[in-house]
Amino acid sequence: MAEDPTGQAPRTGRPPVIAPGYTFATVTDKISAIVLSRRTSMGWVVGFGVGFILTMVLLLAVSYLLVKGVGIWGIDIPVAWGFAIVNFVWWIGIGHAGTLISAILLLLNQPWRNSINRFAEAMTLFAVMCAGMFPLLHLGRPWLFYWLFPYPNTMQVWPQFRSPLVWDVFAVSTYFTVSLLFWFVGLIPDLGTLRDRAHSRFARAAYGFLAMGWRGSARHWKNYESAYLLLAGLATPLVVSVHTVVSFDFAISIVPGWHTTIFPPYFVAGAIYSGFAMVLVIAIPIRKYYGLGDMITMRHLDNSAKIMLVTGLIVAYGYLIEGFMTWYKSEDFDFFMMKNRLMGPYAPLYWALIFCNILAPQVLWSRRVRQSVGALFTISIVVLIGMWLERFVIVITSLHRDFLTSSWGMYYPTRWDWLTFWGTVGFFGMSMYLFIRFLPMISIFEMRTLLPEAEVEAEAK
Amino acid sequence: MKRPPIFGLMAEFDSPTELALAARKAYEEGYRRLDAYSPFPIEEVSEAIGFGHSRVPLVVLVGGLLGGIGGYLMQYWISALNYPINVAGRPLNSWPAFIVVTFEMTILGAALFAVFGMLALNRLPMPYHPVFNVERFAFASKDRFFLCIYADDRKFDRAQTEKFLAGLNPKNVSEVPH
Repeated sequence: MAEDPTGQAPRTGRPPVIAPGYTFATVTDKISAIVLSRRTSMGWVVGFGVGFILTMVLLLAVSYLLVKGVGIWGIDIPVAWGFAIVNFVWWIGIGHAGTLISAILLLLNQPWRNSINRFAEAMTLFAVMCAGMFPLLHLGRPWLFYWLFPYPNTMQVWPQFRSPLVWDVFAVSTYFTVSLLFWFVGLIPDLGTLRDRAHSRFARAAYGFLAMGWRGSARHWKNYESAYLLLAGLATPLVVSVHTVVSFDFAISIVPGWHTTIFPPYFVAGAIYSGFAMVLVIAIPIRKYYGLGDMITMRHLDNSAKIMLVTGLIVAYGYLIEGFMTWYKSEDFDFFMMKNRLMGPYAPLYWALIFCNILAPQVLWSRRVRQSVGALFTISIVVLIGMWLERFVIVITSLHRDFLTSSWGMYYPTRWDWLTFWGTVGFFGMSMYLFIRFLPMISIFEMRTLLPEAEVEAEAK
Repeated sequence: MKRPPIFGLMAEFDSPTELALAARKAYEEGYRRLDAYSPFPIEEVSEAIGFGHSRVPLVVLVGGLLGGIGGYLMQYWISALNYPINVAGRPLNSWPAFIVVTFEMTILGAALFAVFGMLALNRLPMPYHPVFNVERFAFASKDRFFLCIYADDRKFDRAQTEKFLAGLNPKNVSEVPH
């Protein structure tokens, strides 16, 4: 193993992945107690309540949309994509960090991921749910969404497989399915633990049902590990492909500002960037309020901050190349698009995004900032706002003044746009609160493998 | 074959090392119908009971191939055979445009086969299993390690096997009723 699994290598002097002194029993008790025996705190009730209310707002906004149609949103010609697509790309990008942590860091043999992968995967699932709502609602007749899939039908027509929008349907639905499977497979042994620990009859039955009779047999573990590793190997190219395909929605078109080959890598980097920001926004309060600082240590926060810094720089490179290519190819419409982006009516948003995504995160170079929980939280919020602005700028500034001057227009979101957006934020928060309350938010069996006592001594090898 | 009166005998251990040693000794003694239980995966233990290879990778390969080939053929059949649209004479089997969906279907097929194949190979879901009749077995999902020798093993003998297990220095040995 490349790294001391307990992270206590004296050489590096870095904080450990798990605080010393834990045993199999205490790790199990500490994590399962949050679900099984700890009383529901007031903070949880309030947080869940806010999420629940916003989810009701979402239902209201969606119901009104179903009654009136997409005209209640700010979209029109020339900007027909608007908030729906901005939010779709933003949410799906946030999901990417979960898969990166659970799959790519597993393959790279980074044991520090074991304490944050579970809730990061949950974050992925809920973020993809929020993302998926937007294009469906944007369809105009969302109840006919199944027309997107190739199924034998009486209309005798099929989806157009040469269209990136159809690719996107396959990419996002595959991504959701695989993320759900990966998350659930990871949960099975821990559900078994909860089944064996639960006191109430109902909890035992519910966890027992979900654990499917898992008994930790050596044969089962062997097949299990093999399947888990292969799922990680499958999820890794998948996660890269998903945001690549999302960027194709733009890049395959001929709209100035969209038609560029830098989009796939720069979208993927941006996705991971915003995803890690969301991981920090969730991890920092969790470790504080549930006293999990021993398991989600400063090392995790530090590593996440470093990944943000790197992906942020890749995103900055993407902006730079966009500008350079516009200048280099000297094409009138492209040139105008860039000028309009830097100095047009939406320029303040562009400069705000440069501040949020490029300038502000540079403070992460400082170790002191990376050691400060408050500073990390603030930076993460700034990055989340910045990445949302990036998607807004890409979608709106490219569309609102395209080839024909006569068809120029402005785009302003309506209150229904905002209510739908904040509704999904609430839905995301509510789902996270439910997850934390009813399922182990840290993978218990993977935490056990981090302990020194999990090592099999040489005599038995 | 007549059903033995009990399911087997189970010994409890404190550490992964003890379990790995005990499992190996039991295998060397000639027991083949046995299994070990631990709260996390231990490679040495599955090797010790003679379960070195998992068939999951093969299942995943089959799933991936089915997904990928099926995905491409679906697009080919739809776009070139069943519903051809001639756009300025461009080829109907425009394979570069079909790569994305083919790739996604490959991943989807492989992932579904990985999960459901793993569950099927493990015979899960299994609502009832005799090992849960042992009260202490609840700790197999926390911090204890168990070795179980099934009564249908050819070498199994109620008294002899119990003596053998007791000789492995376990915390205790218990009978597993059906």
